[in-house]
Amino acid sequence: MRSPPANTREIQGQVHSAHPHDSAAKQVAGDALYIDDIAEPKDLLHLYIAQSEKAHAKLLKMDVSAVRTAPGVVAVLTAEDVPGVNDAAPLAGDDPVFAEGIVEYAGQSLFAVAAETMDQARAAAKLAIIEYEELPAIVTVEQAMEASSFVLPPREIRRGDATKAITTAKHRLRQRLEIGGQDHFYLEGHVALALPGEDGDIFVHSSTQHPTEIQHNVAKFLDLPDHSVTVEIRRMGGGFGGKETQGAWFAAIAALAVKMTGRPAKIRLDRDDDMIMTGKRHDFVATVEMGFDDEGRVSGAEFIFASRCGRSVDLSASINDRAMFHADNCYYFENVTIISHRCKTHTVSNTAFRGFGGPQGMLAPERMMDAIACYLGKDPLEVRKSNLYGKETRNVTPYQMTVEDNIAPEIITELEKSADYAARRNAIRAFNRMSPYLKKGIALTPVKFGISFTASHLNQAGALLHVYTDGSAMINHGGTEMGQGLYIKVAQVVAEVLQIDIERVKITATRTDKVPNTSPTAASSGADLNGKAAEAAALSIKERLITFAAAHYDIAADEIKFLPNRVRIGKDEISFKDLVQLAYMNRISLSATGYYRTPKIHYDATTLSGRPFYYFAYGAAVSEVIIDTLTGENKVVAVDILHDTGKSLNPAIDLGQIEGGYIQGMGWLTTEELYFDAKGILKTHAPSTYKIPACSDRPAIFNMKIFERGENIEETIFRSKAVGEPPFMLAISAFNAIADAISSVADYHLYPDLDAPATPERVLMAVQKITETVHESELTEAAQ
Amino acid sequence: MRQKLKYVHRGEIVELADFDPTTTVLNYLRYERALTGTKEGCAEGDCGACTVVLGDLVEGKLRYQAVNACIQFLPTLDGKELITVEDLKSEDGTLHPVQTAMVEANGTQCGFCTPGFVMSMFAEMHTNENTDRRHLNNVLAGNLCRCTGYGPIVEAAAKIATLGAKDQFHDREIVTTALLESLDNEPALHLNWQDRQYFAPKTVDELARFLGEHPDATILAGATDVGLWVTKQHRELKSVVYIGQIDALKTIEEEDGQLIIGAGVTYSDVWDTLTRHYPDFGELIRRIASTQIRNSGTIGGNIANGSPIGDTPPALIVLEATLRLRSKSGHRDAPLEDFFIGYGKQDLRSGEFVEAVLLPLPRKDSRFATYKISKRFDQDISAVCAAFHLTLDSGKVDTIRICYGGMAGTPKRAIAAEQAIIGRKWSEETIEAALTVITEDYQPMTDMRASKQYRMLAAQNLLKKFYIETSAPGIATRIVGEGGLAYA
Repeated sequence: MRSPPANTREIQGQVHSAHPHDSAAKQVAGDALYIDDIAEPKDLLHLYIAQSEKAHAKLLKMDVSAVRTAPGVVAVLTAEDVPGVNDAAPLAGDDPVFAEGIVEYAGQSLFAVAAETMDQARAAAKLAIIEYEELPAIVTVEQAMEASSFVLPPREIRRGDATKAITTAKHRLRQRLEIGGQDHFYLEGHVALALPGEDGDIFVHSSTQHPTEIQHNVAKFLDLPDHSVTVEIRRMGGGFGGKETQGAWFAAIAALAVKMTGRPAKIRLDRDDDMIMTGKRHDFVATVEMGFDDEGRVSGAEFIFASRCGRSVDLSASINDRAMFHADNCYYFENVTIISHRCKTHTVSNTAFRGFGGPQGMLAPERMMDAIACYLGKDPLEVRKSNLYGKETRNVTPYQMTVEDNIAPEIITELEKSADYAARRNAIRAFNRMSPYLKKGIALTPVKFGISFTASHLNQAGALLHVYTDGSAMINHGGTEMGQGLYIKVAQVVAEVLQIDIERVKITATRTDKVPNTSPTAASSGADLNGKAAEAAALSIKERLITFAAAHYDIAADEIKFLPNRVRIGKDEISFKDLVQLAYMNRISLSATGYYRTPKIHYDATTLSGRPFYYFAYGAAVSEVIIDTLTGENKVVAVDILHDTGKSLNPAIDLGQIEGGYIQGMGWLTTEELYFDAKGILKTHAPSTYKIPACSDRPAIFNMKIFERGENIEETIFRSKAVGEPPFMLAISAFNAIADAISSVADYHLYPDLDAPATPERVLMAVQKITETVHESELTEAAQ
Repeated sequence: MRQKLKYVHRGEIVELADFDPTTTVLNYLRYERALTGTKEGCAEGDCGACTVVLGDLVEGKLRYQAVNACIQFLPTLDGKELITVEDLKSEDGTLHPVQTAMVEANGTQCGFCTPGFVMSMFAEMHTNENTDRRHLNNVLAGNLCRCTGYGPIVEAAAKIATLGAKDQFHDREIVTTALLESLDNEPALHLNWQDRQYFAPKTVDELARFLGEHPDATILAGATDVGLWVTKQHRELKSVVYIGQIDALKTIEEEDGQLIIGAGVTYSDVWDTLTRHYPDFGELIRRIASTQIRNSGTIGGNIANGSPIGDTPPALIVLEATLRLRSKSGHRDAPLEDFFIGYGKQDLRSGEFVEAVLLPLPRKDSRFATYKISKRFDQDISAVCAAFHLTLDSGKVDTIRICYGGMAGTPKRAIAAEQAIIGRKWSEETIEAALTVITEDYQPMTDMRASKQYRMLAAQNLLKKFYIETSAPGIATRIVGEGGLAYA
């Protein structure tokens, strides 16, 4: 409607209101366009990428002559055809778009075929003659450690003397934990559609969380200035970090096809190719040792992390840094050493994934808290409480940042009560005494997650706001929409500042020609950064309108107030639309950019110390599970969550992030298993073999609440907090509850070794091992 | 013979000729019709983003079922009504009640899975009014969502079940029924395209004759496996014969103490019957697949494709099912367990096809159980699937049949273990002895689903579990399914 009736009591879509996702009505109707839904342009070429079948090999020969002459083939794209730099890496320059001389993972791109149809492109690719000389492949973290194979040098954080503290402590425990990776399994795979323009310019629709980086990589690949490449993304069918860097390869190939043929070109990976060719969450091996007193209070902690980075650096530096920054979680470790090894393996280059190393780093101390409790015969929650960061003392992290906003104790206390933790724990123990085969388990684990990019320069954002003379507005910013509700949140901010109904604010696709030099939509920072940039843009238009009105009506600026859809000027009121019209007639600019950079953060990348995070987001969860000790099958049956979103910009959106994050984290720790064979071939590359949670995996009892007292102590956008990643780690409670259930087999005297994910196999083997240990000790006792 | 595909869409009959008969419904919709609301998430019938609804007549009554468009070949639409997500809005643009419920529940985030969920819920709205959480989980088991965690979606589904809403499809039920009836009387569809052909006979005799002439033709039933030959393995199928139009293969009859299940009977159609006679078999059918796959896939197909990890053969083998094989020269009955000769090799002669499965009805005093172990409870392929069938005679084992899937190149009985049990007391000692010898029955392998050690241990423990359930029924042993603790 051109002029909808305006609300005068309060605007529709104000901040802190549970406004539905802006695309919901389109999504349910099938009207929301994803890149593969865009009407295909005339003469469109379809691209297929031929992949390496070997994990590590010399490329002796690559003969594509038969490919070139196959039916429907218009072009074959190889490394030799690249006018610029054959690379699409985010940082290190080590991600060749087409392999040259050597392949370093099975699935690596060798060349691409552009044909009239996808079937023709795929069939033609098979005609290439590829000769390999196989080289030994390093597949696992252990193999890499043994071979000293790394993508980056190790890093270390030290405070005090952890070794001494551990050896002199009354008690000590050591654990080794293998943590599996995770495929993003966004429902929409990687896709790029490239279109030719004038002057050799290229326009790319790319399913990416980082259009600017796509632009830079395409330009670098084609030897064009950045201004010749424009990248647009309206929405992704899921991202979760998987579209932060690696979409660049596909955009670059599509763009090259355009350059070589002058025709539009599309590349869309099917599920298998997407899972085989693109990176995942890093697998970790964590070794943890802690020394502690009778109360379970830790005096010394040592963490050694080694992660599977794959064949290249990608974002592994920041990901592993973040793992180190979260090895403390909510706990103060007076003497602490954290060592991180970044292993190079001949597998796909692992990349960003919700939590970005944080979940792996956090699982290690959380497992240890339970092990300590088991060892001391205490309730794990008591051990956790005695190790929490203090408010005034014991409040400095291993990386020298003071925790100023610690609300973990309050959240834990409130959740403990609302979830009836103590009574349920007793009831579960009683149940387990009566139930010989099915065992229940429970755990409460907290989350403290640092908010800001650890690469400090990324903590900036821009926005572009136009107000048109009919009073409608159009907002554009550098953030991308992958379902998380960023666009609606930013639109709410604009509506709030200008006090206009949200229907008057047009949300537009993210484009590099509107807001340049943007940061990826990642690190949960989308609303924090882009919300602030949009606020700045809206405020500057508001200021201009106030200045204008003050002069025009000859009235003091502080007598001008923005009310819902109107402006009070002294004793009179004028509609927003009329004021805008008047301002235009008086030649006032109604378009503004907004810019924001996060204050306070500083951080020394060599010593890994400083204040990498503007603030922390907190939460806690209680999970209850059942396991079958005959088969290892397990199920989360109940969860209670209390999560801190600060003063939520949009509770409906935030609850969606909390629940979705928990379930995705639960999948990571239970059913989702990546299986590479000994030769480095991924065998789980489709939903038939890779099992993300299904509907019935959601616990039948799912209680979730936003922490009502939450308010960011920092001046974030309307005092809200980031919410994309932190809830993911609430699912650690599910994993620990499974371990608790296994521990019941040994009457809670032994804590099980359990690696992630807790598949039926791992749970059964853990049950088996703990049963054998009990049996052996009984035999020993009997013999004495 | 008819050379034009005819199906109903938006109240009209659509006719199509001259197309590749192995084109999937999904690709046809997206790339030929520009109906891009239906999405591809996996192209193997696992994620449900491609869910569309098919209408057909069952005993003259209109029935709506969700299926995976990504693995259904276009000509299988013949004689049916096709409904896609674009068809749900009213003509004035008002959202359908299912769509409104999803919006109001905040059931969408990235939205890519959403059309599939909407279609599953639409089919359900035209089928049941059941708000039970477990029922809704089953309805939605074949729709994966990576964003929401499912809560808001289930909330929307539950709301729909209470609304009793009517839509335009209710309004034009009579018209649609008449259209479908008119298509029912059409002659059999036989398509030729380049060097490919597709034939959908209407009688068993026609099928037998065709297979006699084209013994290499691919027999297509639910396409839940054959569809993947095209979408995943990119195989070219030259000659396809579809059995889904043969009414005679879609019957379930009770005769001489056995169920005769036609080869074209879908899991959905046989689910109730099996649940009634063998509750565990019903639970197996629930877990074997999603609603979409159950609506398409057949027990006949599950057997005929000869997979070592097909889930129904172990149960059918211990229940002494017989396979009725048919060719143009007549039919022969053979015990199902003899059908599986070796990995990828079945006792199927040239021109022969599975006509029916003959399943004995339960004996009064026998005990039957089947268990499926997989990483995920719903819609996953088994690491190990086990079935047991026991009769006791005054505390001693009269007969026992034990069969496992996932333990060998075919579904295979544990003969050594059976021998160690038969004639002995049904006791812990007997089971322990059987557990030792079961290692002689199988040399399982390690793959992405499980290690060989786990497979063996789980196989042993499942026998133990069967013993516990038969000797101490008061003890809780099940997490999911009827009486499972997950919902207690």
